[in-house]
Amino acid sequence: MLKTRQDLQELRRACQEAFAAQERRILVCTGTGCASSGSLDIYDRLVELMKEKGIACSVELSKDPHGDEIRATKGGCPGFCEFGPLVRIEPQGWLYTKVKLSDCEEIIDETIVNGNPIQRLAYQRDGKIYVEKSAIPFYQKQRRLVLEHCGEIDSDSIEEYLGVGGYSALEKALFDMQPADIVKEIMDSNLRGRGGGGFSAGTKWSQVARQQATPKYIVCNGDEGDPGAFMDRSVMEDDPHRMLEGMIIAGIACGANDGYIYVRAEYPMAVKKLRRAIEQAEALGLLGDDILGSGFSFHMHINRGAGAFVCGEGSALTASIEGKRGMPRVKPPRTVEHGLFDKPTVLNNVETFANVSSIILNGADWYKGIGPEKSPGTKAFALTGNVVNTGLIEVPMGTTLREVIFDIGGGIRGGKKFKAVQIGGPSGGCLTEEHLDLPLDFDSLKKVGAIIGSGGLVVMDEDTCMVEVARFFMHFTQNESCGKCVPCREGTKRMLEILERIVNGEGREGDIELLEELADTITNTALCGLGKTAAGPVVSTLKYFRDEYEAHIFEKRCPAGACQRLKTYVIDPDKCMGCSKCARNCPVEAISGKLKSPFSIDVDKCIRCGVCVQNCAFGAVKEA
Amino acid sequence: MNVKEMYRRIDGYLDTYGREEKSLITVLQAIQEEYSYLPKEIFPYLAKEMNLHEAQIYGVATFYENFSLEAKGKYVIKVCDGTACHVRKSAPILERLRNELGLSASKITTDDLMFTVQTVACLGACGLAPAMTVNNKVYASMTPEKAMDLLKQLREEA
Repeated sequence: MLKTRQDLQELRRACQEAFAAQERRILVCTGTGCASSGSLDIYDRLVELMKEKGIACSVELSKDPHGDEIRATKGGCPGFCEFGPLVRIEPQGWLYTKVKLSDCEEIIDETIVNGNPIQRLAYQRDGKIYVEKSAIPFYQKQRRLVLEHCGEIDSDSIEEYLGVGGYSALEKALFDMQPADIVKEIMDSNLRGRGGGGFSAGTKWSQVARQQATPKYIVCNGDEGDPGAFMDRSVMEDDPHRMLEGMIIAGIACGANDGYIYVRAEYPMAVKKLRRAIEQAEALGLLGDDILGSGFSFHMHINRGAGAFVCGEGSALTASIEGKRGMPRVKPPRTVEHGLFDKPTVLNNVETFANVSSIILNGADWYKGIGPEKSPGTKAFALTGNVVNTGLIEVPMGTTLREVIFDIGGGIRGGKKFKAVQIGGPSGGCLTEEHLDLPLDFDSLKKVGAIIGSGGLVVMDEDTCMVEVARFFMHFTQNESCGKCVPCREGTKRMLEILERIVNGEGREGDIELLEELADTITNTALCGLGKTAAGPVVSTLKYFRDEYEAHIFEKRCPAGACQRLKTYVIDPDKCMGCSKCARNCPVEAISGKLKSPFSIDVDKCIRCGVCVQNCAFGAVKEA
Repeated sequence: MNVKEMYRRIDGYLDTYGREEKSLITVLQAIQEEYSYLPKEIFPYLAKEMNLHEAQIYGVATFYENFSLEAKGKYVIKVCDGTACHVRKSAPILERLRNELGLSASKITTDDLMFTVQTVACLGACGLAPAMTVNNKVYASMTPEKAMDLLKQLREEA
């Protein structure tokens, strides 16, 4: 148990020395992505092989490093998920991709013993081999601040976090700064909430700090519910102490002694890692009563969500922590005045808290030097969908979409054409070709009707139907509507019905206008953020892809060829061998013909189920 | 089911997490982890012990997607229906699984209590889309065919 500032400094120094001494390391990514491709077995196999071959290896940070020991680390996610399982070799900085169990022996023999890189395991693009991680184009335009430790340290080890200078910001905040200084530093840094709205974190903190009512609470929103977003999960799993440190500092700044972390139910690993991190911090006395003899006490609690998207909304989230149904309430009063248990509450998301320690350590001016002045800092994005390099990235604010999708993301899969990117999840909108050079920051996106949101970027190629995408999001929002206010509960349902009939080829004249009217009403009258933004995907797809809606409604045609009910199937007489397999499998007897001569489909009977395509061995049935 | 035994367990959770309203969700989660669903007998018992209305507890239990009032299968298969999985075609996987097991959006568990098939909001494994889980183990880059192979494997295991 650390009792004083000096105790912490001594422990940190020891950890830093131990960390620096272990320069030879094998890091295996054990994040959700790589773990599901078998990286845990790879880690075990590598350790086992080293033992068999008599190579000195340690599985945890050694207090007395020998120097020649190899440290095998279960590192977190370096973000290059598409090419997992990932294994990194330090100090050379080599990255091996798509590693299999059968590759382990060669890694030990060739790389660890002989010191040579294995070319065939390295990332390759356009005929070029990239052995070093830092040379890979995916990493070149990134700047990792919030994710700097993800994939670099063992997230189960508080010693490794201390080894990279962890809890220095907490120390500074406790002993060298007044609460008002901390608030001012965060305010001056222009740090804006990373959860979606982009509201100034400093303003929130100062409003809570000046409230008279006690107790006050610090709440971390880890209910990352946007489909297609997993930035916060990586921070919680791979660098949990960074987030805890940010929350404790917020506690000092605002005079709160309790912190609550609300983690969504789909992230069991994050809950496990956070629990362990809290136990470790408590054992060292970095959480609990009278932290390092400063007189300041802080206790951390974890609440698991139970599956409700709306709980990402502030007042719904606090209701859920209180054990109630997660329904938003009318505001004002705002969360800063009447938040959790009706007390003043700072509510920020994971990524926002993860920014705090580096701002406290390096100062507001340093932070403002990154990205545009009005939205400084970096932003983590989950880059997914039809892009070559899917994964987790972090770039300075103001980076353009083109850089993100084409330089980092490596362009569109399968040589297809870029069509759109959905940003901000179900509350956001889509951006198209004309926005590729738009800088990604809070204000630029707002101008074109999209939001940064929590940071999901789902890339869509030419084969994606935008009406179907709008239907997908409306289905999601409708399903997640809590039912408290009429515009959202009823309005989203009606919008979904209209969208469903359009993609099913039953769209009617006037449907577009009706969608616009409903969108307008819901946006203006819904109670909470979920409802107010529910129409976003429809409005933005209507704005940029109105012709697709019109083609569905008036021509009963899906320009992307994606909507099942609008497809027509034909049999190519040159390829058909007349085997009758399609006709035998057709559920509505729409296919007929004479054996050994070409068959044909009766379009009027056809229900467009696609069974004939799946059954044809000669590729003769085609979508037209 | 031995109701007395169940109440004894619930007492244990209440002792650990507390009897105030704010512990309700945590207690329900613990019960569901034990029994895989929320048996109806718990409602009057919890209402008495936590000094809440039964309707209040029922309201919470039905509000959140993760709580189930019906028993689940031995294997709970969840197909991710997040955006990234959706654009990489997760819907045909779900459809194939449901067809194979004779299930639908309203009937999610097979009569022999072997399989439950449901969708799940984004698992955060978007880099590996389309993804699904079986009893919380993640399976990446799925196709309808791979899902069928997995089903076969699970049947053999069972």
